[in-house]
This record gives sequence, C-alpha cells and structure tokens, in this order.
Amino acid sequence: MSVAIQFDPIRLPPEAEALRLEVREFLKEEMAAGTFDGTPDRRPNPEFSRKVGEKGWIGITWPKKYGGQERSFLERYVINEEFLIARAPTRKHFTADRQSGPVLMKYASEAIKQDILPRITRGEVSFCIGMSEPDSGSDLFAAKTKAERTDDGWLINGRKLWTSLAHESDYMIGLFRTSAPTQENRRHGLSQFLVDMSLPGISTQPVLHPNGNHEFNEVIFDNALLPHDYLMGEADMAWKQATSELAYERSGSERFLETGQVLFELVDFIGQNPDTREAEGLGRLVAQLHTLRRMSISVAGMLHAGKEPVLEASVVKDLGTVWEQALPSIARDLAAFVDRDQGNRMHFEEILAHNITIAPKLTIQGGTTEVLRGIVARGLGLR
Amino acid sequence: MAMDEAQTLVTDAATRIFRDLGDPQTINLAGDDSWREPLWTALEEAGLTSAWVNDELGGAGAGIGSGFAVLRVAGEYAAALPLAETLLAGWLLEMGDIMLPGGAMSVAPMQRGDNITLAADGTLSGTARAVTFAAEVDHLAVLADGPDGPTVALVSVADCTCSEGRNMAGEAQNNVDFSGVTPLQSAPARAGIDAQALKLMGAAARSMQMAGALQTVLEIAVQYAEERVAFGRPIGKFQAVQHNLARLGEEAAAAIAIASSTAYTVETLEDWSNGGVFLEIASAKIRVGEAAGEGAAIGHQAFGAIGFTKEHILHRFVQRLWSWRDDFDNEAVWAVDLGRRVAAGGGEGLWHSLTAA
Repeated sequence: MSVAIQFDPIRLPPEAEALRLEVREFLKEEMAAGTFDGTPDRRPNPEFSRKVGEKGWIGITWPKKYGGQERSFLERYVINEEFLIARAPTRKHFTADRQSGPVLMKYASEAIKQDILPRITRGEVSFCIGMSEPDSGSDLFAAKTKAERTDDGWLINGRKLWTSLAHESDYMIGLFRTSAPTQENRRHGLSQFLVDMSLPGISTQPVLHPNGNHEFNEVIFDNALLPHDYLMGEADMAWKQATSELAYERSGSERFLETGQVLFELVDFIGQNPDTREAEGLGRLVAQLHTLRRMSISVAGMLHAGKEPVLEASVVKDLGTVWEQALPSIARDLAAFVDRDQGNRMHFEEILAHNITIAPKLTIQGGTTEVLRGIVARGLGLR
Repeated sequence: MAMDEAQTLVTDAATRIFRDLGDPQTINLAGDDSWREPLWTALEEAGLTSAWVNDELGGAGAGIGSGFAVLRVAGEYAAALPLAETLLAGWLLEMGDIMLPGGAMSVAPMQRGDNITLAADGTLSGTARAVTFAAEVDHLAVLADGPDGPTVALVSVADCTCSEGRNMAGEAQNNVDFSGVTPLQSAPARAGIDAQALKLMGAAARSMQMAGALQTVLEIAVQYAEERVAFGRPIGKFQAVQHNLARLGEEAAAAIAIASSTAYTVETLEDWSNGGVFLEIASAKIRVGEAAGEGAAIGHQAFGAIGFTKEHILHRFVQRLWSWRDDFDNEAVWAVDLGRRVAAGGGEGLWHSLTAA
C-alpha cells in the first residue's frame, strides 16, 4: 500500500477500566465535598490538583523515582477522559502532566528532574508552553525571541504571544532562537528551554478572549537570565525534538471533548422521546464521537507501543476539533423544537452559549486546521 | 490487537488473487464477463468464499476476523461478485447448523421492515426487497420467523420469484417473493440469532467493504494528483488540492478505523443483543456511510473530467460506495435507531455506554 494510514483496533485493558471506576468514584466524592462543581469554570483549583496528585494520577506513567507510578499510557488515557467529561478543574496540572513533564524527563539534567518532576506529580507546579510570537504563529520556525549564551547563563530577549495560562504558571517550556536558520534548513537554530517564570526580566500581560476570559497572555522577556542547564536537549535542534511530543498533544480526548458537555446536555434536554429528526441528529453525533474515540484510543495504543504516530495524531486532531467546533451549532439546531417552557432550557442555553463562544479557538490552538491538513497531505506523499 | 497471523495470510492470499484475476482496470476494459468465473473459482478454491463456515459444515473455518480481512480486500478491488453475500449466507447457515450447498449465495432480508415467515406447513411467505445478487445465485440463506422463533432456511432461488433490478453499480438487486416456497432445509437459529443479528452482521460486512473501497479511492486519487500536470506543475502541489486529499485521507482513516474496530467487536462478541455491539456496528454503518459520500465526492473532484467517464475505474468504486451505503439500511435509518436508544439512556448513560463498548 502506498498510503500508510494505520488505525488498528485497540481496546483499553482491564486495569484501565478498573481505574476508570476508581476515578469516577473520586470525582463524585470531590464534587459532593464541594471541591469543584462541574461548571465551565476555568480557574485553577490548587486543592483539586493536590488531591489528584495524592492519588498518584499526575505523571502516572513516569518512573517512581520522579514521583510517578510507572503505569501505562492507556491508564492515563482513562483518567484524562473521565476528568474531561466531569469538567474537573485540571488547569493547574494539565499541561505539565501531558507534555512538559515528558520534555523534562527526556532532556533535563538529573538535578532539574529531581527538583521539578516530583512537584508536578504532587500537583504543586504548573507549566505553560511558549511557542507563538507576534510574527510567528502557525509558522513556528519564524520565532525571533532570542537566547544568547553568556558566561552567566542564557540571556533571553523578545516576546511570546497567545501563551495560555502564562500568568498563573510557575514554569514555561519555551522555544527560542539560538542561531540563525541555515540556507539548507530554515528549521535550524531554535532551541527548547525550561523557563522559571519567577525570574527577573519576565513579565506577562493579559490578552482577553472576546468574552473577557483571561487565558492568553503576552510574555515579555527583557534580559531574563536562565541557568545554563535550562537548555533542553541540543542547541539549535528543537525541530528534531518536538515530533513525538506532538503526537501526545494532538491525539488525546481533549481534542474532541472540549465542547462534549453540549452533547450530553442535549440528550437530557431532548428527553426520552425524540422525534425522528432529533433522533437522527443524536445518532449521527454519537456515531461520529464513538469513531473519534476509537481512533484516539488506537493512537494511544501506538504511543503505548513506543511508536510515533504523528500522521495519525494529526488526523485525530483535525477530525476531532472540526467535530467539537460544529457540535454546539448542531445541538442548537436539534434543540430548536424542544418545548420552550421546559424547565431546564435556561441551563441548556447557558451551556450552549458558552460553547458556541469558545468554539472558534478549537481549530486554531495546538496546530490549525490548515497546518494539520498540510501534515496529512505530507503523510500521503503530496509534499 | 493488530491483525493476527491468520488474518495476514488471508489478506495476502486474497490480494494475490484479486491482483491477478480481479484487477479493476482489466475488468473495466474487458466489456464482458469473461473475468468472472476464473476469479470466483480462485476465491472458492482458496476457501475465501466460505471463511465464516466451519469445516464440519463444508466451510474453510477461517474465522470471523479472516472473513472481514477478505471483505476489506474485496472492497479495495471493488469486487463485482457476491462475495460478501456468500460469506454472510454461509455465516447464517452455520447459525442454523445447515450444510453449505456450495456455489454463490445471497442472504435475506437486507432491508428494514421486510419480514419473512415460515408457517407450520413448512412454506414461506413475505418479500425481501433489494437483495443484492439474488437473481444471479443458486441459493439464498433466509432468516425467517418460524413457529418456534427465528429460523434459518436454505432456499433455492429457482423456487422464488425475483423482480428485475440493478443497483447503482449495475449489479443484480432484486425483490424476492417467497410466497409458497418450501425451503430445501430449515432449522431453528442458534440462541441469540435473529433478524436484528443478521442486519448487524450485514452492516458490519458492508462497512468493511466500503472502508476498503475508500482506501483505494484515496490511493488512486493521490497517485493521479502526483502525475497530472496543470498550470505547470503536478496538481498535488497546489495547496487547495492537498487539503482536499487530506480530507479524503481523514475520511478513509475514520472508515478504516471504525470498520476494523467493528470487525474486532464481532470477532469477540458473546451476545448479539448487547448494547455495545449495537453502538459499535450502528456507528460503523453511519460513519462509514458518511465517509463514503464525502470520499466519493472528493475523489471525483480530484480526478476532474477523466474520473467522470466509463473508461476510468473510479466509477467502479464510487458506484459501489453509493450502493453499499443503502444495503442493510442506510446511515439515516441506523442514526434514528441509535438516537432513540441514546435518548432513552440519558446523557450520563451515553457516556457509560461509550466507555463500556
């Protein structure tokens, strides 16, 4: 076969399903105890993250000596999807758990690993990802923010933009320019760094969402000095280091369940006796979601087996984000004929409004639709 | 849970036979049916037409997973043969412990609302609509309501009245009237096998054929985009074309993923009435049906005018995708059924069924 897109049928193993019940029980208890209420409140919740850490559910796949449990990636998959469905407030630890911890594991010095990784697993520290800049969004390799090697450390100057949660993060994994691109390779010259956000010379400015939410930031580096060992991996070679990270970042449930609440609320709002139109609409949405979940678990299985399914992960993210983006509008159509006096309309419409408002960002963050289709086209041999 | 060794062997054997004797280009140019018999004979001799029947009943006993592997290859070659029908008929006969009669078969009913009844006097009544290849095979395996519940019947087509009819791909597709027909043999279906189980099995089979066909549409479209030059470069270098083909790749990927997952579900299932089995197969027929529509459209767009000719092989795939969508109920019918079940279970129930499937 000339076109190698692979999605083997993978089922979550029994230990993952056993863990699912434990996670559901935990979430029920914490909700009853008032630790969180399941509304789309996106503030960090340090108490919740600490309790998740106590359970051993942050960095669950990591080595024990760094605070992990050495359990499988498929178990992590289950925790992630149950947290998403319950709208658990994972904001404080989510990024560190998903991708920053693994970067440290692979590239940081032993001292840094010993220092930071156990604190991540306890839910104590949060990370942000410093990639985009004012003149460098989808085109990451246009990044200009500079890291200059001096005797005292790396001197950072420039600006990052659209940095989610930078204002409440302890650390960043940042992409900085350490030398100019070469004639042969424009991707050359960028390096990954660990950034301690409390260092002098680093400040953040809010960039608000249209609804006033504060998630994005501008991060300004003005002669910030990073220790020498904050360089992650090889200087100038970041383009080679990011690939497996992308597969983790692009294939998880968060790439199709971000607006998922709308579907579950829609089912209850329509009630037990849907008309034909409503039933067909629900059936199609569920078939599409079930297929996405099967694909996502298939990629998780490949990651678990040590493969780098970058193409397959991009397929999941494009299909998934387009689906979750359309979901609130489809739900709005399907709900149009439900009795207007029904008691839970207000509740449903609030959820709908929230999700219609956030929908546009879903196909932009973490790789735009256009970038993803470019990757898929390359995978098909067209570029 | 990747493809096991037996399935790989079966895939290789089927691919070899289709490559040698069932090449779509050769068949398209042939203009007659001379290719048909050598291809069918080779498939039959390799045991691929009876993969789903154990050897005591005259089959090859290759197993459920291997049968689905054959269907994927058949889809990849747009096989214009009653291969899926014969496999399904064999499966149904085994569910009644009825010996394989040999030769090509089809299976009934295939459409929602078609009920066939076996009376106490041993005669059948009822009509099955749109049964593919019915008029061109010797035998039909029929799932009928008998005096003691679901019954498997082996029927000679010569005893039935078949309407004229063709599907969109020009294959025989007939309404079969069973009134007064006495089956050659009949037996109570095994526990749990009923009309719904047959429809699920048929939908799973068609989903896999469609996934295979989409894979080929993707491959030939990508190859064409690399070769066809317009405006001074291969059209595959244009971003608009690349993104269209990426979408086609994604639809093919979704189809392959859910059809393979469904095959695994059927291979490992214990009970056809399990809600997870319904969710899985309904999702496959709906999602693959959607991918078939979208994929056919993008495939045609990529080929431009040349794809819209009899001379080009694209229509062999597209017309089958369009036809197969409708067999064993189309995606709209499955979606209404699935949606009603989902509504009855409520929002929280939905998440529990998705994770339990």
